[in-house]
Amino acid sequence: MASNEEILAGLAEIVNEETGLATEAVEMDKSFTEDLDIDSISMMTIVVNAEEKFGVRIPDEEVKNLKTVGDAVNFISNAQA
Amino acid sequence: MARKVVITGLGATTPIGGDVPTMWKNALKGVSGAHTLEDEWVAKYDLPVHFAARCSTPALEVLSRVEAKRMDPSTQFGVIAAREAWADSGITEIDHDRLAVAFATGIGGVWTLLDAWDTLREKGPRRVLPMTVPMLMPNGVAAAVSLDLGARAGAHTPVSACASGTEAMHLGLDLIRSGKADVVVCGGAEAAIHPMPLAAFSSMQALSRRNDDPEHASRPYDRDRDGFVMGEGAGALVLEAEEHAIARGARIYAELAGTSVTADAYHITAPDPEGLGATRALKAAMFDGRIQAEDVVHVNAHATSTPVGDKPEYTALRAALGAQVDNVAVSATKSQMGHLLGASGAVEAVLTVLAVYERQAPLTINLENQDPEIPLDVVTSARALPAGDIVALSNSFGFGGHNAVVAIRNV
Repeated sequence: MASNEEILAGLAEIVNEETGLATEAVEMDKSFTEDLDIDSISMMTIVVNAEEKFGVRIPDEEVKNLKTVGDAVNFISNAQA
Repeated sequence: MARKVVITGLGATTPIGGDVPTMWKNALKGVSGAHTLEDEWVAKYDLPVHFAARCSTPALEVLSRVEAKRMDPSTQFGVIAAREAWADSGITEIDHDRLAVAFATGIGGVWTLLDAWDTLREKGPRRVLPMTVPMLMPNGVAAAVSLDLGARAGAHTPVSACASGTEAMHLGLDLIRSGKADVVVCGGAEAAIHPMPLAAFSSMQALSRRNDDPEHASRPYDRDRDGFVMGEGAGALVLEAEEHAIARGARIYAELAGTSVTADAYHITAPDPEGLGATRALKAAMFDGRIQAEDVVHVNAHATSTPVGDKPEYTALRAALGAQVDNVAVSATKSQMGHLLGASGAVEAVLTVLAVYERQAPLTINLENQDPEIPLDVVTSARALPAGDIVALSNSFGFGGHNAVVAIRNV
């Protein structure tokens, strides 16, 4: 079980690896598309890497609901619970 | 009168230099880019060939990590060469709707394809990356170059095995002559030093087995040649309508005077032993460029160093050039950098343009005992090309019976 802070930090590393964005830019209230300029293909790569890192399953139909970084952190946190 | 097409930019990343100035310096010096492969997979799969000619500058030293992640290694090389050629052309303003790309590959994204297959088998479909398809598609390199430069007049990918890079020049010339574009970034890229292609080319007895002496394995025209050496990399050339180049005061390297493509329709891999398809290609390129045999002073030969391939090219050169073949300085640059497959024609076109521009022929190394059945004047030491109006030819032939020739004239 990871804390929300740990999930955010892990997610930020994944986003950095995929897009080159600084990890500090990946904040809870940031929108993946509007703020971080992440396209759908990068988003799927991030999702799959997050699944492996956190040992959870994020169904494809759920991905469109993950609008902000916080949405993803909360989903992963709940899925781990 | 057809539009005249000139060459105003050059780029390359090869086993003997990660950019054009380094490659050219080494091509005149005579170096080998072939080395023993240190990869664990050579022993793991007990490959019959233990060496290849890798790019001297890894792509990740040039591209950012994030950029490189979205490109197959072949596309990485192509983008590096295209950027160098573009910068070299000095073009700063252009109508992007009149800028096209013709960027070839022989095999395409073979690393991406096979990595994805490994991932699928080891980790399941969920782990197969969403960028897999755009990375493995053969047009990936042309698309990436088009995206990088904002080329909107079309992005084309000729695929004709080892003739691909030369066929890209043929297409580029047509695009400008026919008025579909004013500037075309042409090239070829390949990155197939992976155990599967090495195993496959070995199976067909195409690769040299000189494992104890990789630097001397690629030896076109030598009596003891035993196959080609796998290389990798990319070459790129900026083709431009002459009036467009003159209007912006461009530095013009040479004219792309003529090109041609023919097919043997003889055998899927073996060259026509009489070189008939190659002869027709040579004659067609010369006709296209209004070139007389006496104009030709230099040939960058296809010459891969296979026992069966080198001789028919000689036969074709003699048939097309007649007695003039004895006055032609022939360079077999695959002796230095190995065979870059679909990129070879583009890289060799860069070398041929520089040979005409600098009036120097690049060297052929490892020629110790010239095959008496191939009595060509092979350039093995520093050789200046004559002053005055000259033409140089570059030949490429590919599995499938593809023959392609480009003719370069001084300006």
